[in-house]
Amino acid sequence: MATATLDRGHLVRRRAAGGTRTGRLTATSGVGLGVALLWFSLLVLIPLSAVVATAAEGGWSAFWTSITAPQTAAAIRLTVGFAALVTVLNVVTGTIVAWVLVRDRFPGKRLLELLIDLPFALPTIVAGLVLLSLYGQDSPFGVDVANQRSAVFLAYLFVTLPFVVRTVQPVLEELDPEVEEAAASLGASRFTTFRRVILPSLAPAIAAGAALSFARGVSEYGSLVLLSGNLPFRTEVTSVRILGSIENDNLPGAASIATILLVISLVVLVLLDVVQRRMVRRG
Amino acid sequence: MRRALTIIGAAVALSLLGGACGGGDVAGRADGGGSETINIVGFAVPEAANKAIADEFGATPEGEGVRFRTSYGASGDQSRAVESGLEADYVHFSVASDVTRLVDAGLVADTWDDGPTKGIVSRSIVVFAVREGNPKGIDSWDDLVRPGIEIVTPNPSSSGAARWNALAAWGQVIADGGTEEEASEYLDRFFANVVSLPGSGRDATTAFLGGTGDVFMTYENEAILARQHGEEFDYVIPETTMLIENPGAILLDATPVAQAWLDFVLGEEGQRQLALKGFRPVIDGLEVDEVEGALDPSDPFPEVANLLTVDEDFGSWSELSKTFFDETTGIVTKAIEKSGKAS
Repeated sequence: MATATLDRGHLVRRRAAGGTRTGRLTATSGVGLGVALLWFSLLVLIPLSAVVATAAEGGWSAFWTSITAPQTAAAIRLTVGFAALVTVLNVVTGTIVAWVLVRDRFPGKRLLELLIDLPFALPTIVAGLVLLSLYGQDSPFGVDVANQRSAVFLAYLFVTLPFVVRTVQPVLEELDPEVEEAAASLGASRFTTFRRVILPSLAPAIAAGAALSFARGVSEYGSLVLLSGNLPFRTEVTSVRILGSIENDNLPGAASIATILLVISLVVLVLLDVVQRRMVRRG
Repeated sequence: MRRALTIIGAAVALSLLGGACGGGDVAGRADGGGSETINIVGFAVPEAANKAIADEFGATPEGEGVRFRTSYGASGDQSRAVESGLEADYVHFSVASDVTRLVDAGLVADTWDDGPTKGIVSRSIVVFAVREGNPKGIDSWDDLVRPGIEIVTPNPSSSGAARWNALAAWGQVIADGGTEEEASEYLDRFFANVVSLPGSGRDATTAFLGGTGDVFMTYENEAILARQHGEEFDYVIPETTMLIENPGAILLDATPVAQAWLDFVLGEEGQRQLALKGFRPVIDGLEVDEVEGALDPSDPFPEVANLLTVDEDFGSWSELSKTFFDETTGIVTKAIEKSGKAS
């Protein structure tokens, strides 16, 4: 996106066409597509299909029994609910952080930029230890959330922090302030400018960040196991249930729980995409 | 804050270490002329002991020049990894069912437990780790279920090793003449006091040392090893407790020297190295001078008045897995589920 035009909808449609205006593939793009598909199949499609196939082994009733067992259902509710909540929070705070990083100048800005990626770099179990020592029973700040639901929330917040920031930031950097000035000179208030000009440009990036953040939350394990205590019906997340099924050599059961998480994540991704497209069109 | 920083430092070091082990480190002797390699796959706990035994083994005629490639992790995961193709000559697991999985897969002979120690290579007992000086006065199983006592135990549903603790809790009621109902009732009260169910024994140790809970259900050898590493806490050996028996076996297609290795592990020198790291010996009459980290280093493994065993008190692992840990009907599974619903 070298230029930012007011006609966002047109821009997005043109990008979606993917550069092959005639609709036929050239030799190079054909090879590219082949490599991409192969890569994608090996790393994503085949493993995921294997999970779903394993889940299907026991038949529909076994699948249903595994995911509706009270303790498992509670874990799914907790995981999905918190992942969604954290994502909503990240959309707001992540956009603000990105805004501050792009538009404001302040001492320590470079340092802050570096620190934001830390949750990416830290092995999750180390993140768990850090959280335990800072917010556990020996907390130096006197904040003890150990073995409570807020511990799960905190761990999710920690590991998902960078996603929205990092997706929104580059788009915001490319956004031409002249467009905002133009909007202002045409009489738009700051809020209108934000809603009709800035937000629609950011929407795809925010949605992408939100999707990453949600997916990461749903799958998180390492960073929370030490602090959350894995208490059934209270702080136990689905990853722990999956591990439990595996330990009992119940692979179909484990795959069933994984499959339902995949389905939920897929639905959320589609929803996010729909919302984002709407916003772009309305803008 | 300083304590927090120490933990963080340790954590980073650990994770780096973990990365190194994941690659499968070759703890071999560089001067080894013979090119025989023994692949050891085991649960995390005996790593230090096995390393010490490997050094001693290298000094014997059979063991000269033998190299080791090791992989340590959660017992069940390691067993499943071997089942699905991880190369192994010698396996050392937490529970016998992890070896029988390999017997079923045709990788280990079904005579693996015919030897004098019935396939067991290391032993320990279930103990209570408590804060320094035992401020809550926890000495018995009854003390654990007092109101307000906070228990940390690894999660029996995800950690095979944690199952010993749950069995001990149930079995001691029966040993005291209680009925099965009373034992189940005790389990309910026990899990009602549990404040944290970390995924593995090591996670549980970390959570306890990080400040969670008043008492931590662990193994005597884990407690001794942690104290050897300078951790400050005490442990209590209850009057009735469970004998933990960790099986070891040679795979059918193992390199020939693996049998000599197993014999060495079961011999005096091997057992002495295990004892120095806190394991109770599986052979009689072994002289061990002093075990650092034990409550009384000169008498590291005091006799337990009433020791429960899988064979005598629970039948076999396959039976007890079904009765206690079945995902829907297991006694322990239900007790854990109930503890969550109650609050």
